[in-house]
Amino acid sequence: MTMDRLGTGIAWTALILVIAFLLLPIVVVIPVSFTESTVFRFPPEGFSLQWYGRIRNVDGLLGALWLSAQIAALSTATSLLLGTLCAIALVRGLVPGAAAITTFMVSPLMLPGLVLGIALLQTMREVGLRDAWWSLYLAHVVITLPFVMRTVLASLSLFDFAMVDAARTLGCSYPKALWRVLVPNILPGFISGALFAFIASFDNYPVSMFLVDVRTKTLPIQLLNYLEISPDPTLAAVSTVLIGLTVIVLILCDRLVGLRRMASI
Amino acid sequence: MSATLAAPAAALPPLRRRLDPMALLALPGVAFLSVVFLLPLLLLLWSSIRGEGGFTVNGYVRVLGDAYYIGVIGNSLQLGLITTAGAFILGYPAAFALARARGYAQVVLFALVFLPLTVSIIVKSFGWGIVLRRDGILNWLMLNVGLIERPVRMIFTEGALYAGMINVFLPFMVLPIYSVVRMIDPRYGDAAATLGASPWYRFTRVTLPLTLPGVVAGASLVFSLAVAAYVTPSLLMGDRYMTMSMVMAKAFLNLRDWQLGGAMAAVLLAVAAMVVVGASLMQRRLARHGGAA
Repeated sequence: MTMDRLGTGIAWTALILVIAFLLLPIVVVIPVSFTESTVFRFPPEGFSLQWYGRIRNVDGLLGALWLSAQIAALSTATSLLLGTLCAIALVRGLVPGAAAITTFMVSPLMLPGLVLGIALLQTMREVGLRDAWWSLYLAHVVITLPFVMRTVLASLSLFDFAMVDAARTLGCSYPKALWRVLVPNILPGFISGALFAFIASFDNYPVSMFLVDVRTKTLPIQLLNYLEISPDPTLAAVSTVLIGLTVIVLILCDRLVGLRRMASI
Repeated sequence: MSATLAAPAAALPPLRRRLDPMALLALPGVAFLSVVFLLPLLLLLWSSIRGEGGFTVNGYVRVLGDAYYIGVIGNSLQLGLITTAGAFILGYPAAFALARARGYAQVVLFALVFLPLTVSIIVKSFGWGIVLRRDGILNWLMLNVGLIERPVRMIFTEGALYAGMINVFLPFMVLPIYSVVRMIDPRYGDAAATLGASPWYRFTRVTLPLTLPGVVAGASLVFSLAVAAYVTPSLLMGDRYMTMSMVMAKAFLNLRDWQLGGAMAAVLLAVAAMVVVGASLMQRRLARHGGAA
């Protein structure tokens, strides 16, 4: 029995250590963002909100935030459309080579990001597509599509389509049956797929790195540039805002879907 | 006999009419990925073997015949292995505690493991820098506790790099193991105990084999992410520890040496493919064993 207790003790100690370790680099930026001094010394000196005020003045930061939000939202929306159509075909239709197509559709996930970025850079040049916005948008559809495919496929294959027929037998029209029966059932898969896709796009560095130009930079690229050129607590302020936004989104998703259900798909 | 077998095939309508209209819905997505994903990849591989006078393996000779680039490949593999091992040692017992937690505690603990996954890697690397600086939180803590007398240089050391990599990729180890442990019926352990098995025997013969699918999933995920990592090594170590990704980025962005970058990309791609294939073979074997038991 004592050996069992020992095992449980080790497991709990490990979990507490893991959580402390994981949160450490995230939590430290918060006090640093309120410091009065220009360097991020620890413990921070004084209290001020000056670095939050400076966010507006940093060249290109708000523009990069807007660009990243745009690209992430549009590429996720495109992926939801393409991915859902494809998932419906794979689950409901007679598709020759369905297993191979499924593997193909999620395979960008297994590819090192840098390789994808380089391959796209080269192709865009050969084709003559020099517009950074369009290159980024197309690349991010490739990044987001596997996340949507995985979750929508999983929730569609768990759905019993006989329920739609049952609703129709009970007097529902076909579109109404889809809307009232199918949609609520696969919505959690949709939401979690879209969230993962949005985060993957919003955070992406290794693919975007090759596709941005001087005037069109996504947020991670701009942040890393700024970190290399003039590291000051403004970055901590931006990071704190980003962490706050993430926590809000996670709480919303937990209310809508349930976090554990999301992570299990 | 052969006639009866052949008959149904002959009776089938021609292919065009057999094609299910529902299958056409897959077309836009497949077409998109073929043009924007598969085609660029093939072009990249093509450019790694394209020289001035036609076909050449020059890029591969330069990468695989040069001690410097062999060292770079070694660095990447070593970084991947150490990150995977570290994440496993920390993550395996933690996943057990997470799976055995109950009620509200489990939701909170789960959220705390999950949250770092959604925080930008730039923010995490930046925070890791603050932790490790000479005037950072770790030195401050150790000074105050009396462990050290003078601040220690930690940033830009290999130890800091490994710690940072484990920090970034640890959730990818914990979550797959957690989801497997959650499915294990605790009565297996009880049954083994009733039959007189010692705790150690129970762990090595019952629990550990049952969790192997999660371990394989987590380890292959962490290894393939770590071997290809770019942001964390370049922020925490810079040029002093070149990885395959860093060589590729340099070849394409600074040197404009597409042959070298393409060959390096092909090597990285081969490593990634081997991990994926190896992991799926192992999963299949584990599934067969599970079926036989």
